[in-house]
Amino acid sequence: MAVEHSTGTPAPAPGDQTRIHNIGYRNYDGPRLGRAYARRSLYSQSLRGSYGLGRSVKSKVLPMLLFVVMCVPAAIIVAVAVATKAGALPLDYTRNAIVMQAVISLYVASQAPQSVSRDLRFKTVPLYFSRPIETADYVRAKFAALASALFILTAAPLLVLYVGALLAKLDFADQTKGFAQGLVSVALLSLLFAGIGLVIASFTPRRGFGIAAVIAVLTITYGAVSTLQAIADAQGSSDAVPWIGLFSPITLVDGVQSAFLGATSAFPGGVGPGHGEGVVYVLVALGLIAASYGLLMRRYKKVGL
Amino acid sequence: MYDPTVARLTYRALLGRRRALILGALPLLLIVISVAVRALAGADDQTASDLLGGLALATMVPLIGVIAGTGAIGPEIDDGSVVYLLSKPIKRPTIIFTKLIVAIAVTMVFSAVPTLIAGFILNGNGQQIAVAYTVAALVASIAYAALFLLLGTVSRHAVVFGLVYALVWEALFGSLVPGARTLSVQQWSLAVAQKVSGGDLVSSDVGLTTATVLLVAVTVLATWYAGQKLRSLTLAGEE
Repeated sequence: MAVEHSTGTPAPAPGDQTRIHNIGYRNYDGPRLGRAYARRSLYSQSLRGSYGLGRSVKSKVLPMLLFVVMCVPAAIIVAVAVATKAGALPLDYTRNAIVMQAVISLYVASQAPQSVSRDLRFKTVPLYFSRPIETADYVRAKFAALASALFILTAAPLLVLYVGALLAKLDFADQTKGFAQGLVSVALLSLLFAGIGLVIASFTPRRGFGIAAVIAVLTITYGAVSTLQAIADAQGSSDAVPWIGLFSPITLVDGVQSAFLGATSAFPGGVGPGHGEGVVYVLVALGLIAASYGLLMRRYKKVGL
Repeated sequence: MYDPTVARLTYRALLGRRRALILGALPLLLIVISVAVRALAGADDQTASDLLGGLALATMVPLIGVIAGTGAIGPEIDDGSVVYLLSKPIKRPTIIFTKLIVAIAVTMVFSAVPTLIAGFILNGNGQQIAVAYTVAALVASIAYAALFLLLGTVSRHAVVFGLVYALVWEALFGSLVPGARTLSVQQWSLAVAQKVSGGDLVSSDVGLTTATVLLVAVTVLATWYAGQKLRSLTLAGEE
């Protein structure tokens, strides 16, 4: 098979037997799928990975368990509403994510590090960038994947509630409106939590520390904010309550939805932000999402670790 | 039973590089909040008790316990470097005991000391509240460190399980199902704190005798079982 090509000038020096053999390797000349394809693959891989699909049985346990834990209370609520023939669901669509925030935080804390920390630890990030994707593609794919996974986690119980409400023959227009408001709020929550989780996780190659750091940021800020709010409320300075709420992710979402999405606030005393303060809430939430995207971009400018 | 070299290595693994910053950020936040509360609301025993009980004992101590307890052994098992430690002529229970001492010390320094400082800032130790919660934090540190060290030797997902226990079981279930409170390190340590303060601001759902017995039993059993677990440790590859 080997085809020998003689170099242009024959036998320059006596005794020099050096030759280059062409042994028939060919260049790839088929279609190249390119950057968009690589980005889509990375997105779907990361999204599947967030629920343990395509990974070991052990890593399926936790995400699936948390998913079930999110959906079961919704199913119970629906069952109760159907059985008692209540006029409305006992739980608002917008309230669900606030009540289940511990589960959502745990999900972010466990899946954000598994999405990015392992790439850092096994030094696969340089391999990704040897493909046609760039920093922005990697960041967007990971961000979008975790946000989608979170959206699935938080929207599924809403869907259960909605379907249940329709089966219970509750008012269609009313329920659809509530459902839509709930979806908008969990979409915001998914983006916000995914951004915060990924930024923290991308700074440590150790999964354990990533998990602890994410959960610390999410729960400690909430604990601090709700304690301060309770104290402010008890001291009679309830004007301060909405402003304190700006300092933790979940109260941020709570504030946005009680200002614009018709939710009742979970703040102590039930004083949610008004429209004016609500604008600040929306700006802070969007600013945080943009900031976490920017930080991720900066983090992955240099991929050596 | 105590090996200084193992202790030194564990301290370095726990506090080296930027990890001390994560551990230090939480107590700092607690103290900042206490200063803010004191400035806003003045000294108030009920507020101090709420803040120390809700934030310090319910959130901060378990979190630091998880980080220190699992961090003392988890990463080593994770990346396989524990075999170099295990191949040395040191008894496995000695390794566990040394790591437990280190984990307890780290948890105490980063949780009980700031609790005491925060308590003094909040109301100057009125009604013994600062001391009571500090004692609770000290007692809880021991139990949490032993429990989470055991988790670290048993599972690769120790941090997640530790957090599930600390947040879902103690915080969520504990507030919904009263029975769950009997099996909660937080309540056991509160029972000790109640005895110390003597007032009615600190209260627990568990009696002092039960709490003490359970605390000692959990700590001893967890340490013993972790030692046994380490004797027959199999290293698994990354999933």
